[in-house]
Amino acid sequence: MIWTAVLLTAVGCYALKVSGWFVPASWLERPRVRTAATLLPVALLSGLVVVQVFGSGRNLVVDARAAALLAGAVCLWLRLPFLVMVVVAAATAATIRAL
Amino acid sequence: MFTGASQFALVGVLGAGGSAVAGVAAALLLGTRNAMYAVTLAHLLPMSRRRRLVAAQVTIDESTAVAVTAPRSLAGVGFWTTAVGVYVLWNLATFLGAAGAATVDTTALGLDAAVGAAFLGLLWPRLGKHRRVALGGAVVAAFAVPVLPAGVPVLLAAVAVLPALLRPVGEEP
Repeated sequence: MIWTAVLLTAVGCYALKVSGWFVPASWLERPRVRTAATLLPVALLSGLVVVQVFGSGRNLVVDARAAALLAGAVCLWLRLPFLVMVVVAAATAATIRAL
Repeated sequence: MFTGASQFALVGVLGAGGSAVAGVAAALLLGTRNAMYAVTLAHLLPMSRRRRLVAAQVTIDESTAVAVTAPRSLAGVGFWTTAVGVYVLWNLATFLGAAGAATVDTTALGLDAAVGAAFLGLLWPRLGKHRRVALGGAVVAAFAVPVLPAGVPVLLAAVAVLPALLRPVGEEP
């Protein structure tokens, strides 16, 4: 099941890219299509942050993950590299859990 | 698949106990932006059909950003160098992560917590212009978590784009 999902996503994501390279630009360059493609990642990523950080089954909780997110945000605000930010976030959560 | 946000989304939804359908749907919705990148690149870098099939696989945030911001004469070089570099390193890291997953305690290392931060990192460069959509997605997802099955709140966050889509064309928020 998991591998089917992975394969389906891989094929689908590639198909989306190919469509952009081969389809006449006028089909995809309508303002609404462009707006949707620009904004969908914003909304989904934002939703993913909330679910990933505060979700616990069907509850919303504030735990070590929230501290990790805050630490990550500080790193991003300081314009530190992505990898540094991820490591700092993980270390923050690990430290709080070890206390 | 080679598009990081979709990869993270699928893993995130499945890891949180969400259904495969919700995971695939979220990943594909995130992948729609690559089609727009491809349209831009096809215009900027004309190439043969066969090369386009290869270029499609490496059409991602990073390679597009480099190609679009590089001086016109270097756009192709920038695109392919970034594409190959990220492709090799990203997949190597994915492989190492998968191979090492069984041997480490991901919770003790805080790796589960780093996923949320990684999503924030992907979101960050888009926050300047689209803060309202991001806030909308977050609020919708937060309200959906207690009442809907895992994975669905993420999909529902997509409705945050509707106000922008329903606005008459050409009007900026």
